[in-house]
Amino acid sequence: MMANPEYGEITRNGLWSNNPALVQLLGLCPLLAVTGSVVNAIGLGLATTGVLICSNLAVSLVRRQMPEAVRLPASVMIIATFVTCAELLMKAFTYELYLVLGIFIPLIVTNCTILGRADAFASKNPVLPSLVDGFMMGVGFTAVLIVIGAIREVLGQGTLFADMDLLFWPSAKEWVIPVLGADYPGFLAAVLPPGAFLVAGLLIAAKNAIDAGIERRRSQQVRIVPGAKRVRTTGKIT
Amino acid sequence: MALMRATSPHALSGESTTKVMLQVAAATVPGVLALVIYFGIGVLINILLCTATALACEAAVMKLRSRPVAFYLKDGSAFVTALLLGIALPPYCVWWLPVVGTFTAIVLAKHLYGGMGYNPFNPAMVGYVVLLISFPVAMTRWVGPAELIYGAPGIDEALGLVFGFGGYNVDGYTRATPLEVVRLNESVLLSRLYEMEPVFNKGTLAGLGWETVNFGFLLGGLFLLFRRIITWHAPVAMLATLALLSLLFYDSGSSLSEGSPMLHLFSGATMLGAFFIITDPISGATSNRGRLIFGAGVGLLTYVIRAWGTYPDAVAFAVLLMNFAAPTIDNYTVPRTYGHKAPRRATELEER
Repeated sequence: MMANPEYGEITRNGLWSNNPALVQLLGLCPLLAVTGSVVNAIGLGLATTGVLICSNLAVSLVRRQMPEAVRLPASVMIIATFVTCAELLMKAFTYELYLVLGIFIPLIVTNCTILGRADAFASKNPVLPSLVDGFMMGVGFTAVLIVIGAIREVLGQGTLFADMDLLFWPSAKEWVIPVLGADYPGFLAAVLPPGAFLVAGLLIAAKNAIDAGIERRRSQQVRIVPGAKRVRTTGKIT
Repeated sequence: MALMRATSPHALSGESTTKVMLQVAAATVPGVLALVIYFGIGVLINILLCTATALACEAAVMKLRSRPVAFYLKDGSAFVTALLLGIALPPYCVWWLPVVGTFTAIVLAKHLYGGMGYNPFNPAMVGYVVLLISFPVAMTRWVGPAELIYGAPGIDEALGLVFGFGGYNVDGYTRATPLEVVRLNESVLLSRLYEMEPVFNKGTLAGLGWETVNFGFLLGGLFLLFRRIITWHAPVAMLATLALLSLLFYDSGSSLSEGSPMLHLFSGATMLGAFFIITDPISGATSNRGRLIFGAGVGLLTYVIRAWGTYPDAVAFAVLLMNFAAPTIDNYTVPRTYGHKAPRRATELEER
């Protein structure tokens, strides 16, 4: 619980150091199931982010009125309401994409990222920080979705940004970039679930490697203290 | 007086990973030779491409992991993986199939799990299955035996097919494999089918070429048994299960028969699987009793997928599925320790 919220800290948590997809490993089901292409990833990411912001806002608003005993059920009801809104909106404006994403839109209700943030952050913090937290967590989640979607789309179909008209205006169909040429045979394993697990695993490994590199550099910098004297030397001086 | 302290076992066998791997490689020679005689030099091109990719991948990963590169390249395990994958792939397939398959096998299936000795799945089979589900059309085009297609492709034809120049099309050389012929047959008695289909009436037991190839791998397997590199348990269990099941569902050779025991034993990848794939000491079961169960499981799954699945052969899927089961099998087949009355389970030791 943060008494005096730091927006920089919230941002860093959401986007990197406590990223819902790469660190908390929450919401893996949609993460793995629908990231076959960039457009699917953006669609689901936007829906999740929208729900996350609204539910954080609502939960934070009623946090003092909610008795401890019904906190979770109440949060779930609030989230379900917003997911229904998102579902109806997608049905109205992006019907083809809604059909593609199918059951994974209603399933946002059970996305642990949303319930986790409502419970761990919004129910203990004021409105504005909760709003920012919801936004940052949503953006972090969406970013990972898009990266996985892009990798799997390039490997699986050889294209990038295909079928963007499902989400945007009709002329967005021309955004497609045939990265690997028109006669790329398509690597089906990348589109199938094992590809999702592999790509997600490799991304987590990459993030850990970057963190380890930063940590190593920092510890090296700290160790050299100007003016410090070595009292005893055992082993190599670094 | 300083005494040398040595723990058991005290006898030196003189075996090393390199020696074992080289003997395994040598044991594939009869089978590969039969493949070359009946299906042309395609298999050699596959093996070359796979080996080159495997050594490059192994070296690159070892470099990344800061391990001695030459030491691990010399142990020959990457070479054997590449060899087995090269044999399993359809000859004259386009060049990037072996490359992608070997990359998957070495980098994803072997080194991401910790490298030699730590991989839960047989790397060569992972590479094969990834290719099979990703590129089903290219992976199920087997060329016919040379006698049936007016001579196997020559060197320039083969290179043209593999690297895509000269306008050759592999469809001109492909024929249905014996297993496919029987699987797709729904209207003719088996005895009549054997008379009609050239791949059967020119062969003796289980299809021209295929029976010889399988016999070659059987010979190699017997060599490995004789050298005590593998034990008999897993191969015998697999072959017996396969024979028994195909006998049960033989249906006295009706038009809906799933094929004779001879067909199942001596066609497809049966012998390669039985002696070279499921005897893998890393991804298979550990104890002898476990190996019996493991082999029987592979035989069962191979038959089920061959008979009622949609893929033409099933050894790779069966091996991977049983690789999943190997830790559980090991848990329940821990041998009785000397001095104990009953064998224990591995999990019991942990719970205590």
